[in-house]
Amino acid sequence: MKKIVILGAGTAGTIVANRFKRLLDFGRWEVTLVDPDPIHYYQPGFLFIPFRMYTPKDVIKPKRDFIDPPLRFIQSKVEEIDAEHRRVHLADGSVLPYDFLIIATGVDIYPEETPGMLDGEWGKTIHSFYTLPTSLALRDTLRSWKGGRLVVNVVDNPIKCPVAPLEFLMLADWYFHQQGMRDRVEIIYATPLSGAFTKPTASKLLGELLESKNIKVEPDFMIERVDPDARKIVSYDEREIEYDLLVTIPLNKGAEVIGKSGLGNELNLVPVDPHTLRAKAHPNIFVLGDASDAPASKAGATAHFSIDLFTEHFLDYVETGELPPYFDGHANCFIETGFGKGLMIDFNYTQEPLPGRYPLPGIGPLTLLQESEFNHWGKLMFHWMYWHILLRGMELPLPATMSMAGKWKV
Amino acid sequence: MPTRVIAGKTVEVDAEGFMVNPNEWNEAIAIELAKEEGIEELTPEHWKVINFCRQSAGATGKAPTLRTITAGTGISTKELFALFPKGPAKKVARIAGLGKPEGCV
Ligand SMILES: Cc1cc2nc3c(=O)[nH]c(=O)nc-3n(C[C@H](O)[C@H](O)[C@H](O)COP(=O)(O)OP(=O)(O)OC[C@H]3O[C@@H](n4cnc5c(N)ncnc54)[C@H](O)[C@@H]3O)c2cc1C
Repeated sequence: MKKIVILGAGTAGTIVANRFKRLLDFGRWEVTLVDPDPIHYYQPGFLFIPFRMYTPKDVIKPKRDFIDPPLRFIQSKVEEIDAEHRRVHLADGSVLPYDFLIIATGVDIYPEETPGMLDGEWGKTIHSFYTLPTSLALRDTLRSWKGGRLVVNVVDNPIKCPVAPLEFLMLADWYFHQQGMRDRVEIIYATPLSGAFTKPTASKLLGELLESKNIKVEPDFMIERVDPDARKIVSYDEREIEYDLLVTIPLNKGAEVIGKSGLGNELNLVPVDPHTLRAKAHPNIFVLGDASDAPASKAGATAHFSIDLFTEHFLDYVETGELPPYFDGHANCFIETGFGKGLMIDFNYTQEPLPGRYPLPGIGPLTLLQESEFNHWGKLMFHWMYWHILLRGMELPLPATMSMAGKWKV
Repeated sequence: MPTRVIAGKTVEVDAEGFMVNPNEWNEAIAIELAKEEGIEELTPEHWKVINFCRQSAGATGKAPTLRTITAGTGISTKELFALFPKGPAKKVARIAGLGKPEGCV
């Protein structure tokens, strides 16, 4: 009996487990998932909660709905990965040996890494929306907010869903219009990047979109600390921005167990070969989803594309020990832009996002880097596909590697 | 790839002005690139950071992030911002002849 242990049953862990279910002969293989949390969260939905577009019941389901026999599920925290002896130690005291280990423990927010952030104003004038409780607290604050200066700040990169802060800004613009108070709100985006986004074309087009919505960008802002009493954020080069309401994307780090087990970098991300997602230090450990240091977008869509290709090559690898460089870093994301519209970007390790049409060149129906109502419906449809198709490990009719057809240079 | 002449030497650069081939780099190039970034004189502290970044990139194949630099040199983030104003990780990568640091996708 060969044993596969999957750490973390979030987006990546659940998808890969359900792929294994179709792929493997369970007379010869055993697949075990470990996760302490019985709930599966649809994290993209956290963005909509502060604006009351979604309620908690839209974003949570029991993990058990997606994990059936012959898959085994253990509800417990992983305390240590002993890569040398090929086994993991769980919080409930049990020890799981493995032949292949899949690390899918994702990343989480660490507000305690920024001085001042948790000092008395967290959940009051300082908020986030990257977890269910923080998005609910922000919803409650927004409900009675009288207006003033809203500052959105990203502490450092990488973060999961790098477009989520931009979406939050544009939805906030729409929401305050809707509430009849946009003229009483100033919106500022303080980012450690030199512009609205990372790659040049998208940064320019998204920057112009923010400007057209009267959202100001403060670039190269690397936050050193929050002064919760004076209500200002201070950067390392001593710029200060005052706020009435601060919405932060705190430092994103991998799970503590990664660092503790000596498998991670300074952000507890596991170093991997970006084209195979195999751990550099251990040939029988793969890292899927957000938990690795691969320079791909940390997004559910990326996880899905890479898992498509990983499972295609897995059995060959078991047999021959050989792996081709199958993954190109393909990512695509819907970007909500408010007022019932959205846009979409499609890119990989080497090709930056460009305008065009997707998935059918010249036709779409989705438009790349251009607002349309259809893209907004695409994002809402993705919600349904996530629960019913993606997590269950079924194929989407989309190619897993990126194509240049249908894109144009600007 | 476009090329340009820095400190009398022709080197390959990318669209954002980062050198493509770290082997084409030398100290005279660093001094000139630093001036372009508004740093008139490279002090021993600057060199400590530049040398660390070149070593780190030699080992990993990519320019280090701010966190890697602070952990590796013992120089605090605050001091790094004083040495290389605005975006230290990006600035030092350019001066050290390395590609643009990843990590922000
Ligand atoms: C606000 C927001 C908006 C987003 N929008 C989008 C979007 O529009 N499109 C998109 O594609 N992506 C989006 N994402 C990103 C997407 O949700 C993540 O990229 C995706 O969930 C990553 O999957 P993962 O399996 O790597 O991690 P996760 O799904 O986060 O799962 C990690 C799992 O590991 C478990 N775990 C952690 N530590 C341990 C431990 N010690 N032992 C055992 N288990 C452990 C956790 O309980 C969790 O279940 C968004 C994210 C956020 C926060």
